[in-house]
Amino acid sequence: MTTLNRKHLLGLEGVSAEEIGLILDTAESFKEVSERPVKKVPALRGQTIVNLFFEPSTRTRISFELAEKRLSADTVNFSASTSSVKKGETLRDTAENIEAMKIDMIVIRHGSPGAPHFLAGLIDATVVNAGDGAHEHPTQGLLDLFTLREKWGSLRGRKVVVVGDITHSRVARSNIYGLVTLDAEVTVCGPPTLVPPGIEALGVKVEHRLERALEGADAVNVLRIQLERQKAGLFPSTDEYATRWGVNRRVLERAKPDCVVMHPGPINRGIEIAQDVADFERSVILEQVTNGVAVRMAVLYLLSGGEAPAREPEAEEQSGELRAVRKDKEMV
Amino acid sequence: MLDLSNLEHKDYAIANVTVVDPKAGRAFPGFVGVERGKIAFVEEGKAGKEVSLPLYDGRGLHLAPGFVDIHVHLREPGHEYKETVQTGTAAAVAGGFTSVACMPNTDPAIDERSVVEFVLKQARIAGLAKVYPIAAATRGRRGETLSEYFELAEAGAVAVSDDGAPVSSADMARRVLEYATAVGIPLVEHCEDMDATRGGVMNEGFYSTKLGLVGAPAYSEVLCLARDLLVLEVVPGARLHAAHISAKGSVAELRRAKERGLSVTAETAPHYLCLEDKELETYNTNMRINPPLRGAEDREAIIAALVDGTIDCVASDHAPHALQEKQVEFDAAPPGTVGLETTFPLIVTHLVEPGHLRLPQALALITHKAASCLGIPGGTLDRGAAADLVLFDPKEEWIVHPDDLHSRSKNSAFIGAAVRGRVKCTIVDGASVSVSLVGA
Repeated sequence: MTTLNRKHLLGLEGVSAEEIGLILDTAESFKEVSERPVKKVPALRGQTIVNLFFEPSTRTRISFELAEKRLSADTVNFSASTSSVKKGETLRDTAENIEAMKIDMIVIRHGSPGAPHFLAGLIDATVVNAGDGAHEHPTQGLLDLFTLREKWGSLRGRKVVVVGDITHSRVARSNIYGLVTLDAEVTVCGPPTLVPPGIEALGVKVEHRLERALEGADAVNVLRIQLERQKAGLFPSTDEYATRWGVNRRVLERAKPDCVVMHPGPINRGIEIAQDVADFERSVILEQVTNGVAVRMAVLYLLSGGEAPAREPEAEEQSGELRAVRKDKEMV
Repeated sequence: MLDLSNLEHKDYAIANVTVVDPKAGRAFPGFVGVERGKIAFVEEGKAGKEVSLPLYDGRGLHLAPGFVDIHVHLREPGHEYKETVQTGTAAAVAGGFTSVACMPNTDPAIDERSVVEFVLKQARIAGLAKVYPIAAATRGRRGETLSEYFELAEAGAVAVSDDGAPVSSADMARRVLEYATAVGIPLVEHCEDMDATRGGVMNEGFYSTKLGLVGAPAYSEVLCLARDLLVLEVVPGARLHAAHISAKGSVAELRRAKERGLSVTAETAPHYLCLEDKELETYNTNMRINPPLRGAEDREAIIAALVDGTIDCVASDHAPHALQEKQVEFDAAPPGTVGLETTFPLIVTHLVEPGHLRLPQALALITHKAASCLGIPGGTLDRGAAADLVLFDPKEEWIVHPDDLHSRSKNSAFIGAAVRGRVKCTIVDGASVSVSLVGA
């Protein structure tokens, strides 16, 4: 497999191990691009990508934008607060108007689960889900997989714990799909009020007590806890949350000595993750951010019809290796 | 014999049909006579010389009493862009329904005499199906004060309901049930505990978890039904009708209540017989319905409850919404599916074809049993009853296409579905109101 045979990336559900492998391999090559003095390849030259963000986001939007710019795509940012949405325009009209300006891809972040699926059914452009409500956040899932693969080579049989507000987390769902597909053993952990019904059927274990969940863990992915969940009565206090589900050095002793600590950000220091863990040598939080750009470059490139580059690092020095091969309009 | 597509006589007979009599629980080859808009006779066998009336050829179709739908939203007054009494009753007769009861969540709500009269006037002008308005149980459906049941019933309202939402509290439900006994009309309850629903947009369970949509637990429906049943027990003479029952737990509550002899009836809707929450994987907003599509166990319990009579009837909960309202993000779409034109074929496809019920028993769910829940006429072949009749082909297969729907709104959860059973001719008070005999 050298090309990704799909038009959109709406989620990691149903994305095969082979496809994930292709994306991560491609991301490896692109990671090197970001290390260069001139951090740019012409792979998506002439392509227009719109970042359609209906929810506030700093990290993901910047990460996508950098990925697009490093691929030489033309990018436009659209955020709901400054847009026609404020004047009552529907998602359908917004998307159709943007598409009428002849664009190639839309990266969408939206508070409603399924919004990217809705968009994909309406327009011809490629749609990349940058987070839809509590449903999926596939590029975050992929960058987490990438980070773990860099550490371990293979994820098979590795024990990964996802801890926090599982119910409202798109990161949790995309992580679960990707990790289960790559044969990792996944445990989700959080207050029973924040673990949704039937989650086991996605192939994960549920353990409400963090010290038990972390027993023998190879990695822990700590989710951000939204403080408004406490106000909604879903857990009693941030204090109790920090004590029982906050990841600190003490509870990490239950995990394997080289247990990797991840967090999709932004972090609440001292709540879901202790100060000394966030800055801990085993924490890969900033590596995740670095990898995010490479993974997003890979996703955008492959969805545009690009071919995976050969895996020798030297070969990638020639930018010609990273040429976009559009399935519809051949252009070199 | 005369051509049925050109039914112009006032007094006539239709022969060469299989008569389906849901009340008698049987189907037989026979013929039916109509005089002065009433059923004059229903006979078994071939129509012979003794029939002096002009004889129309029923083309081997099935003939049944016109269907009765006790739960539709005609949207008038106030939401004419979704549906009007005219378009809604056009959809009704196209689907074989000769009588419909319409819900009061209009704007203004059907909470005073003038609005009831307006709806009935629009129905007379349309001249299609018979319309029985259900009035708001509380003024403006706000759950604060009773509306004027005597005035409303005198004007023609046949029941009260705050449908779209439940009656606001146990205390209000008690006053509604008490006051309604003086008028002799039932409360039609939209069973939903709003607190338990917590803004859910689909059934809570594995699929809500998977799709990341906020789930409403099935017990939300059961809680409200149980509340009303407890109230019903202390209000002698009151009648409760539970609308659009979808949950297994509600079936258990209804069964216990009926065993105790409480005066409760219940309906379910066709989508609860054949769709489950897993269908929402495509985020199809036409399948956003309230109560939401439930799981397999619920669906099976609903079918079993129809078979054993715990649920008395099927009503479409026809809920038209404009395209622009449904072409939005899933959780922004208003709940509801149109249903008048698919209810009959879905009953054939999902109750008769798999063998749960025979055709006469299945049609009882949308004829006399439905009518008796609200105490309205219709749904029988009794001599002297209004000649409201439907002719259909129970075997014809067709695919639901939005262009074929007569409703002003095309938000059907069944677009693209293959169904069996098609209405060919609908007759109200002896006059043909809808004919599509092509191919029959």
